[in-house]
Amino acid sequence: MTVDVIPKVSTRSRFWQEVCATYAFIERNLFLMRRYWGWEVAFTVYTVASSLSVMYIGKAQQANQDYLVLYLGIGTLVWSYLRSIFSIISEMIAWERWEGTIEYTMMAPVSRLTHLLGVSIFSVLYGLARSALLLGTIALLFGLGLGRANLAGAALVLAAGSLSFIGVGMMAAVLPLLFTERGAEMTFVISSVLLLVSGVYYPVAVLPGWMQPAARVSPATYVLEGMRAAILDGAPVTALWPVLWPTLLIGLLTIPAGVLVFSAVERYAKRTGRLKRSG
Amino acid sequence: MFAMSVSQSQTSPASPALAVSVEGLTKWFVHRSLLRRSEPQVVTALENVTFSIECGEIFGILGANGSGKSTLVRVLSTLLIPDQGTARVFGYDVVREASEVKRLINRVSVEASFFKRLSAMENLLYASRLYGRHGRDLRADILAVLDRLGITREQVNQPLEQFSRGMQQKVAIARAFLTSPILLLLDEPTTGLDPRSKRDVQALVQQLRSEHHATILLCTHDLDEAEALCDRIAILDRGRPVAVDTPERLKALVARPGAGSPSLEEAFLALTGRTLEVELAP
Repeated sequence: MTVDVIPKVSTRSRFWQEVCATYAFIERNLFLMRRYWGWEVAFTVYTVASSLSVMYIGKAQQANQDYLVLYLGIGTLVWSYLRSIFSIISEMIAWERWEGTIEYTMMAPVSRLTHLLGVSIFSVLYGLARSALLLGTIALLFGLGLGRANLAGAALVLAAGSLSFIGVGMMAAVLPLLFTERGAEMTFVISSVLLLVSGVYYPVAVLPGWMQPAARVSPATYVLEGMRAAILDGAPVTALWPVLWPTLLIGLLTIPAGVLVFSAVERYAKRTGRLKRSG
Repeated sequence: MFAMSVSQSQTSPASPALAVSVEGLTKWFVHRSLLRRSEPQVVTALENVTFSIECGEIFGILGANGSGKSTLVRVLSTLLIPDQGTARVFGYDVVREASEVKRLINRVSVEASFFKRLSAMENLLYASRLYGRHGRDLRADILAVLDRLGITREQVNQPLEQFSRGMQQKVAIARAFLTSPILLLLDEPTTGLDPRSKRDVQALVQQLRSEHHATILLCTHDLDEAEALCDRIAILDRGRPVAVDTPERLKALVARPGAGSPSLEEAFLALTGRTLEVELAP
């Protein structure tokens, strides 16, 4: 047997190679979504069902029914979006460990920034698609009154929130590198704590005093406050600044920190042989 | 007795004339339990390994399971950082210049390591794009390589979990081909393959060297394979290099007057004191 096609190595510039690699991560995840379509359907049904269940709690109340439904709807939509971003980024190593491909991805001539960027872009696209589907279902069943809403302001808050959750996800992604068997479970715990303290379904003020400082460091708290101010109260962009700047600051701090921490932990994993072991 | 014929007085490690230059490479792993207050267990996987590989050579690493072959491949693949010593690939240090090294190498390991639900085409698109390959030619190249490896157009789009191990290993070879490495690291690529698949893979290795002028490092515990393919062989025992030479010279090292020419297996046994089937405890 002979192989008469031995392809030539890419002679493109480094920048172009990194662009190709960014696309590789997006395309790969789309392929995986298509191949695991059954799970995608199951997760989507679960998300829609749990979101509607929460919103019907609002509908069951006697007073402020419309406000409560919208309040809970924003919570469930925003959390669904942010959790998608966090999960995809934080589980990228755990997923590759499970598939057994992590060494080949780490061995490829791709900067870690490109790797993280490719996965982050996919996570935002995926989160937007899921949230759009959820929004459509909610609008169909509840007839949301968005007459007062500042949708541009809400989009701005969501964009800032995306950055901050990308950064937090990058920080969490190191856990499966550090802890080969428990890392993925730890990222799940982080997202659960964020759900509890960030005021997804209730104001942060109802939390016990000792829990409230945690809400102040969670970017989801600011995103939810901003989204509710923009959609429920129609707050202009200037009024959203008190929630925008902490969200942007968290993103500006955690994204570079996430890349640096990831690179440092990757080096540690290569020194201790933790890349090889599958969790 | 058989003093390490590893001292082959090659040119300097940074010389690009050498595809691989390894000097005093040592790697150990520390296993400690967080819960039990026991002493950490230190396992030396590689100990003071020194050798070099010339451009275009097929260089074999022969050793039992647990002898350090895979650790050596992982160091050269930039997946492990050594504790002592240096390793260079075409003059680039695998630790300090890892990004340069990554552009020159690829690896085929004993596990095919693919996204199991993705098809051969999807896996190879992903792997090729990571190396900067793009455009219309890419799909055509993938189809051509897979076709020549005996994978039909119908199979190209089937999930790899439906492939036999031999076919998965051929896709792994295709993955390496598509990135045109000038150093190919093969870590037991034929282990567990049926005889025909084994012959196919071996033919591909020879062809890659002759047509692509690639340098190949082949880790194996298949003595026939090592003898048939390798220009030189390093015998590794418990992380230590015992001898490096051509198969003929290795056999000559242990030949006894009047006893006829020994086999490579006998040479291995004489040099290491054990057979290849022995699984070395960590």
